[in-house]
Amino acid sequence: MSAFLALLSRDLRLAVRQGGALGTALGFYMLVVTLLPLGLGADLNLLSRIAPGVLWIALLLAALLSLGRVFSSDYEDGTLDVLATGRLPMELVVGAKALAHWISTGIPLALMAPVLGLLLNLELSAYPLLFGTMLAGTPAISFIGAVGAALTLRAYRGGLLIALLVLPLYVPTLIFGMAAINGLLGASGTMSAFLILIALSLASVVLCPLAAAAALRLQMQ
Amino acid sequence: MQQGYLLASAGLPVVHLRFSAQPLRSFSMTQTLTQRLANPTRFMELSASVLPWVAGAAALVIGYGLYLSFFVAPPDYLQGETARIMFIHVPCAWLSMAVYAIIAMSSFGLLVFRHPLADVSAKAAVPLGAAFTFLALVTGSLWGRPTWGTYWVWDARLTSVLILFFLYLGLMALRSSIEDEALASKLTAILALVGIVMLPIIKFSVNFGNTLHQPASVIRAGGPTIDTALLVPLLVMAVGFTLMFVAMHLKAMRNEIMRRRVKALQLAEVERAQASQLAAAE
Repeated sequence: MSAFLALLSRDLRLAVRQGGALGTALGFYMLVVTLLPLGLGADLNLLSRIAPGVLWIALLLAALLSLGRVFSSDYEDGTLDVLATGRLPMELVVGAKALAHWISTGIPLALMAPVLGLLLNLELSAYPLLFGTMLAGTPAISFIGAVGAALTLRAYRGGLLIALLVLPLYVPTLIFGMAAINGLLGASGTMSAFLILIALSLASVVLCPLAAAAALRLQMQ
Repeated sequence: MQQGYLLASAGLPVVHLRFSAQPLRSFSMTQTLTQRLANPTRFMELSASVLPWVAGAAALVIGYGLYLSFFVAPPDYLQGETARIMFIHVPCAWLSMAVYAIIAMSSFGLLVFRHPLADVSAKAAVPLGAAFTFLALVTGSLWGRPTWGTYWVWDARLTSVLILFFLYLGLMALRSSIEDEALASKLTAILALVGIVMLPIIKFSVNFGNTLHQPASVIRAGGPTIDTALLVPLLVMAVGFTLMFVAMHLKAMRNEIMRRRVKALQLAEVERAQASQLAAAE
């Protein structure tokens, strides 16, 4: 457990001090959301209707940007070899790194979403819902993304490849994220989609480290 | 014979060691077919004798099926002649999923049992699966225009098949972007298994909305809802397409094995040339 926490805090410190990753993701998120009204036209009614979807999709893309770095920098400088020979099982190494990615990227992006909602004329009552569903859905994004990052560790053009491999796997998260907002916003206020979204996140937290660790072990040999 | 076998299993050193320890012809009766086929030479012999029969049967059955679909089957009372698209569309859609199941099983066989042909089978099946999925999408789209009034709707069935197509593309892209072939096949196998876990979830998640696509009408509780006059040609075409897939899969596997042999031969030649250069230098 202490090794897990040590790795987690190391990755978080690196994310904060190394700079670049978080700022880039947030800047990308802002820019995508800024560009969309320019492309779609500045009709405020239209924008407020599509705002949750736009914010979710832009969040997926922004999180994707930083996924390539989850393992590759550690692989290049040999840290991953040290971790592989250490006491901590590879599954937990993956878990710590994906968790660090969620804390350092997923949560800031979710925090940013309501601010960007202002630009899109999102109604004020939707803000807590948007933030809540993103907080519930982003763990799935980080952990499923970790599988993609592990699979493409030694691939050419890893960054582009991750998008191709991982975006189809994000479909359930996106659909239930949107369904959760619509369900909670609707007159009936149903929780079912929100609960399924949480289930998706929890299941990916458990299952994805297994696949990612298997992929990493193959490449460490 | 031994030399040929060594070349056949190049690129899979673990298996190669395990099998070269025993004489080639000493298979006992207790071995299952999959174990016997673990020897690529044996697979090549067997597939060479089976392939023409399967291909011929596929051509005959598809020919008969096309005759039935165009001349015997009556036009649908609602959709008229356009319903005949079904005879191509449904077999492609069925194969798009069946092929993914074959890829997933092969991937499991590679990762767990290290079966030497499993990787060959998975690699050969991916482009075929992608092609059938693409055909299912295209024929469905062409069928949707006259009956639904649109080429595409974002409904559950169509979206999940489109995602399946992207999964196939991902498998091909991952394999082609890793230089080490043994590593590429294992990583692709992991992705295929992750995909098979995700497929039901994707299917379930897109089902969350309403669907325009008709529900299952052939294999369902309470018997088929489709009329026998249309069902028989459909089943004949499904059998024909499945045979065609088997034939193409066998052929693609044979090509892949031969490609690996050629590569092993070239490597051996390079090594021999290097060795003789070294000897000459000394």
